This record gives sequence, C-alpha cells and structure tokens, in this order.
Amino acid sequence: MSTATLDRPDRAVRTYPAYSKPLWRRALLTREFAVIATVVAVVFYSNANVPNFDGPLTMYYLFLDIAPILLIALPMTMIIITGEIDLSVASVMGLSSALIGVLHADAGLSIPVAAVLAIAIGAVCGAFNGFLVAYVGLPSLAVTIGTLALYRGIAVGLLGTKAITDFPEEWTDLAKERIFGDGTSYPTILIPFVVLLVIFVWLLHFSAFGRGVYEIGLNDEAAHFSGVDVERTKLLLFVLSGAVSAFAGLYFTLRFGSARGDNANGLELQVIAAVLLGGVSIFGGRGALHGVIAGVVLIGVISSAMRLQGETVNVINIVIGALLVFSVIATTLLGWAQAFLAHRRAPAPRPGATP
Amino acid sequence: MAAPEGVALELHDVAKSFGSVVALRSGSLTVSPGSIHALVGENGAGKSTLVKIVAGVHRRDAGVFRLHGADVDFGSTAESKASGVAVIYQEPTLFPDLSVTENIFMGRQPLGRARRIDRAAMYAEAERLFDRLGVHIDPRRPAQGLSIADQQIIEIAKAISLDASVLIMDEPTAALSGVEVERLFAVARSLRDEGRALVFISHRFDEVFDLCDTVTVMRDGDYVSTDAVADTSIDQIVSRMVGREVAELFPKTPAEIGDVVLEVEGLSSLGTFHDVSFSVRAGEIVGLAGLVGAGRSEIARAVFGVDRYDEGAVRLAGRPVPARSPRAAIRAGMAFVPEDRRKQGLVTDASVARNVAAVIRRGLTRAGVLTNRDENRAAGPWAAKLEVKTSALDMHATTMSGGNQQKVVLAKWLATEPRLLIIDEPTRGIDVGTKAEVHRLLSDLAGQGLAILMISSELPEVLGMADRVLVVCEGRITAELSREEATPEAVMHAATANVTHTGELHPTETQEVTA
Repeated sequence: MSTATLDRPDRAVRTYPAYSKPLWRRALLTREFAVIATVVAVVFYSNANVPNFDGPLTMYYLFLDIAPILLIALPMTMIIITGEIDLSVASVMGLSSALIGVLHADAGLSIPVAAVLAIAIGAVCGAFNGFLVAYVGLPSLAVTIGTLALYRGIAVGLLGTKAITDFPEEWTDLAKERIFGDGTSYPTILIPFVVLLVIFVWLLHFSAFGRGVYEIGLNDEAAHFSGVDVERTKLLLFVLSGAVSAFAGLYFTLRFGSARGDNANGLELQVIAAVLLGGVSIFGGRGALHGVIAGVVLIGVISSAMRLQGETVNVINIVIGALLVFSVIATTLLGWAQAFLAHRRAPAPRPGATP
Repeated sequence: MAAPEGVALELHDVAKSFGSVVALRSGSLTVSPGSIHALVGENGAGKSTLVKIVAGVHRRDAGVFRLHGADVDFGSTAESKASGVAVIYQEPTLFPDLSVTENIFMGRQPLGRARRIDRAAMYAEAERLFDRLGVHIDPRRPAQGLSIADQQIIEIAKAISLDASVLIMDEPTAALSGVEVERLFAVARSLRDEGRALVFISHRFDEVFDLCDTVTVMRDGDYVSTDAVADTSIDQIVSRMVGREVAELFPKTPAEIGDVVLEVEGLSSLGTFHDVSFSVRAGEIVGLAGLVGAGRSEIARAVFGVDRYDEGAVRLAGRPVPARSPRAAIRAGMAFVPEDRRKQGLVTDASVARNVAAVIRRGLTRAGVLTNRDENRAAGPWAAKLEVKTSALDMHATTMSGGNQQKVVLAKWLATEPRLLIIDEPTRGIDVGTKAEVHRLLSDLAGQGLAILMISSELPEVLGMADRVLVVCEGRITAELSREEATPEAVMHAATANVTHTGELHPTETQEVTA
C-alpha cells in the first residue's frame, strides 16, 4: 500500500500578512461598532437629559425587560446567518409558559421538573421546524409562520383564557432578584444569559461548526461540497432556538408570576428587529454576536429612555421602526459608496468593442 | 419568403474574449439562403460563442458580421429577432404554464377590439403553423409535459411566425429519439426549400452528412475549413477538429504506478449514467473524456457523495465509502475540485484563509476553540505553495481571477493531504500561463503518489496529461484507452460511439438517455 505523501509546505518561500487593513480599521469601521457607539451615545445623552435614567432601577428594569429578547437573539442570530429564519420563537415561549402552568398547577410537578419538561418540549418544537426546513427542504419562512400559529394554538388550547398564577414565591422572587443585593441593577436572569452567551460566542465565532454556519449562509452548495453537513447544522440550530425560547418562556412566566397561552405574543418580531439592527444580514452569511447584543440593548435603552420622558408606546415604536429602516438604508448606501470608491480606484476599463 | 441573392449570414474573423480568456479568436461562417450549414468542433471550439454573437447574447470584440449583406451589431436578443435571426437551443425555454399558442405569440399577441387579445386569431394562426410543419400538436394545450422534440417544434413555429430568415439550431438532436430526429429533419428540409438559411450544430456526424449540404469546422476558437458535405468524409472532419500537436503542451512526467486507490464498481444512476466501473491507481492520472452532457461530472459527483446513486459501490484503498456523504468521502481520503469554482469550489465572499482552511479546520481546533490565527497559520503555507496571488489572507476571493481562485481551491484540498484527487475541468476559464502551472502541479502530485481522476472537455489536456483515458458517451464508458492508444481520433470516435461507428441511429439507445 503506497500512500500519497504530499510535500508538507514547511519550506514555503512566500508568506502573507494575515490582514490587509490595520487593527483599528478592522475594529472600528464595522457595522457592529456603529451600533455599539450608538448605544454609548444614547446612554450618555439619556444620563444627562432624561430624569431618573441614571438611577439603578432603570437599568434593573431594562435588563428584566430585554432578557427574553437577549436570550432568543443568540440562536436567532445563527439561524439568520445560515439564511433561514425562525418566526415561531414567541409561540414556543407561550407554549412553554402554558406547559409550566399546567404541569405545576394541574399535575402537581415541582417548578424545576416542569421547567425541564417544558424546555425539552421546546427543543422538540424546534426539531420539528428544523426537520421540515433542513431535511424536507421547505422554506423556513413558510414553515415557521405555520408553526407560529400551531404552537400558539396548542398553548392557548392548553389553558384557554385562564391564567395560572399560583407559583411558589421563592421561584417568582428568584426571577426578579438582584445578583449583588438590593439597590444594584443586575437581575439574576443575566447569569444564565452570560452562560449561554459564552456558549454561543464559542459556537459561532470560535468553532469549526460556526465557520460552517457562515459558509451555509454565503454559499450552501460550496459548503456541501467541502463536507459541511448543511442539514444537520440547520436542524441543530432550530433545536437550540426551540430550547432557548422555552427557557425564555420559563423566565417570562416566573417574572410575571403568570402562565398564559398568549404570553409573549409578537415577541418574535422584536427579536428579529434587534438582530437585524445589530448588523446581521437577512440574506445570511454576515453578522456577529457583539453587534446583536448591542442591537438588543439599543432598542431597550431607547424605549426605556423615552418611557421615562413620558412618551407613549406608539411613539417609541415609530422611533425604533425608523431606526431599523435607517440602519438598512445606511448599509445599502455604504455598499454603494464602497463600490463607487473601488470603481474609482480601479484602472480604467479597456475601451469598449468597436465593431 | 423570397430567397435574397447572395449570402444570408456572413461572419468574418469574429473575436470575443471574456476577461483574459479568449473564447473566439477568428470565427468565420458564411451561410447561403436555401442551405443547411453544419457547424462542427470540439467542446470549447467557439461554436456556442459564435452562435451567441449572432443571437445578440454577446457582442463581438472584433470582426465582420453581416446579415443579407448589411453590417449589423446586435446588443440584445430582441434586436437579432427583429432582424430575422432565430436560435433554437438544445433545451428550449418555454413558459410551462402557458398554452403552446401563447408561447408562440409571447409579447406580440394579435389584438382584437378594445385591445383585447384575439384568441381565435391566435389559435387559427398556430394551427396553420403546425399544419405547415406537418405536426399534430393541440394549440390549446399547455407547454408543460411536451417532449423536448415538441418543444423544439414550438420554437421553430415561433421562428417561422416571426418570418426568420436565419435559423440556428444548437445541438437540437442531443435529446431526441430517432423518430423525432427524422421529423425535425423533415421540417428543416422544408424550411430550406423555402429559401431560409439554416445552421445546424451537432456532434453526430451521420446527421451532419444526412442533413447538411455544407460543413464548417472550428477548432480552439479559430475557423478551420468549409467544404461541401459531398466532398468530404467523417475521418477528414474528425482530424480537422482535433488536428494539432499536443505532446509538448502538457508534459506529464511518467510516475511510478502504485496500488489501486479508487475502485468504482457498477455505479448506476437512473437516467444519468449506467454500470460505470473503473479504478485509479496511486501515481496515475486517469482522464474522463467525452462530450459535454455525457455524464462525466455526474459520475464524479456520485463518487464523491455529492449526488446519490442507485446501484454500485465505491471503495477507497479497499475500504467501502458510504454513499451520499461528502464528509465520509473526505474522511476516506478523497478531494474534489468541482467544475464550477464560484458556486461549488469556494465561498467567494469569505477570506482566502477561511477558504483554504475550510476542510481541515476541524483538525485546527485546540481544546475545541478555533481562532482566525489558527486558520491563518495553517492556510498561509498552502497558499504560498500554490503561489496564490493575494495581498493578505483576509482578502475575499470574489475579485480574484479564475486561475487564482482555482489555486485557492487546490490549496484547500491539498491541505487535506488526500489519497485521491478528483478534478473536474482543472483549467476551465484559466489563462494560459496558469494553465501550464496547474498541469505541472498535477503531474508533480501524481509523481508523489497521488491518484488523480481528471475530467476535461479539452482533448489536448486529456491526451497530454492522462496515463489512461476513459471515454464516456451517454452515461456509459465506451472505451478505455492507454496513453499510446489515446489518439484524438480514437477518443472522438468513442465519444460519439453509437452514431459514428454504426452509421445509423439507434432509437432505443438514444431514448434511454432522454428517459
């Protein structure tokens, strides 16, 4: 048996610089940095001009409010980077909330057991989405619009119009507790979020799996030809999305001490808006988690500042909607500007054919 | 229509390049009215480019282009149609959900009162057209479900209703059965007798000799000869199609041939290829030759696990390779450089480093963590070995030239240190200098004991590089030729096997391919 021993390129002559641009350009001239800078600017402005914004209560409630969006944005970012979408996340939250209510109040299970079951069922919901998208080959937009209605329907069917509110106080308090004691601004939900954040940052940015996620979004055929298991990757992402959404549903239930089938109605659009604002391309292949986190925080900070100013929800929505549209336009304009500059810099094209 | 005096279509020294790739160097073609003119040549000889210039798809870079004696220059297909040029492609492009008649009159429906479409007039006209062509197609039926032959008839009907004076048929018979070919020929002859000029592109020489009166041969983007069919022979045309010195261009240094690396046994996929068996040994370059569409790429894709196959087995170094899994094929030691670099070979919007490290990255993780630095460190030396031209490793592959992109793809696969390299069209769209580099590289790799399966539509490349040539025709391996036996004529004969050798059509065999 002869083996093909190719020359390992130890004695390679040519070396390449790793990067074509200096560090500051790579770090600062990015979409993600623009969002982070906007967050910082909005926080500074609000601290100076919005009464009560700099108090610990503001940040505390801000984190409590955006926690579900922060959590779900993690798997949603990866799904959108593969070029797919999951619209059923809020319905899975509702289903998880209703399940916890039924399992705890009617079946008499303890909260941890009910929670584990709800998260497992959330993962099954995600697996169903993922199976239809990855293995049957249906468009995720259509599949998850369908399961958005399906899961929500099951959730409302479980509880009807009633709400279950008799949860043990130790659990409902835990959801609202502060990590560093009274008067500080960080609620305990940030602990599981940070754990998940570390896992997702590793998955997307520091693992071979994550490289495959980007390749699927940029060119799934080439990814397939290089041995990326496109189907399995997508399935796994939808399972993660279902499980994390169910966990967010658990948090939502305990925070408000209320299990209802229509909990978190419409939250999926807030998640997607935040992810897109954070610089993830809806066409897939582009985006990073630090931008997405900044996107969620930006929406949270703006709404909280405007609420303190006494603006109504409608006005807040108009501002956030306009911001989102502007961010999309800005990307396009930036693209044009870059293409224009590149065109200017390139040597003049050969004079056209003269027949 | 009245046959005008002189020539219908005249092209002289027409040239066309795409970037650095010259597709057509000096194409010439002169077609008289009332004549069926055959245009023959190998894959890549420039026939299709020439046709596309006439059709207005491409604009020529240089040369003379006259229609009925007047200089023309088409910027769009609409202009060429308006001037009476109709092109019928191998795979007609009809709207499947519209009726046959609506397809014929697309965009120029006869209008009745109040600018409503006059359906009655449209159907009557369609029926008249079909009568004239001697075919029985219901003008009201949808185009969906029509056979390729009937779809071509619809295209021809469209051309006649436009009163086209020049009809170009690009390999119209490739997917037709014997009866359908006869009917198409009958239509073509009647159009000729009306005084129209027809250009017929085909790889089947008996059809050329049966139908056409004049034949023009092209080779490597150049005009070679034009003869009356009566004054020439198949052998003469074949030798003109391939006639060139190939030995010096593509030097394959003899390598020590080792053990069998790849074994393919009885591989079949319904409608694409049938009972394909071959093996590739270490240090050997095996060429898969044949016409475009013969099933060569499909075989390679099935072996690598990108496509499924129905029957058969693939073994690498004696061990079976699971079907339908590129990942398993890579693990077994295969590497696959696909035909379409931009779509399949690499992710053009990703950096050079990410592309080069795309397959090996799982081995680069340390404690499960993969960083850009790890990828750069692994990718840099391979990029350097293949002399990839880039200013930095984070540059995207989008703007690179074809040759440079191919080097990135090769670096990516060589980094996996494979035992078998499958390479589909190694030098398509690559400039001449890089082409020679790729050939030298392949030769070196074989010298180091790599088994190489090379698919190429360029005959000189196959003949110059391959130790053994397998010729594929209509999904079957029709010949296995050693380096000594592999002459251009032998390969061309095997590639058009069931037609040229027997001198007549076999409806059953051709039908099987269309199934």
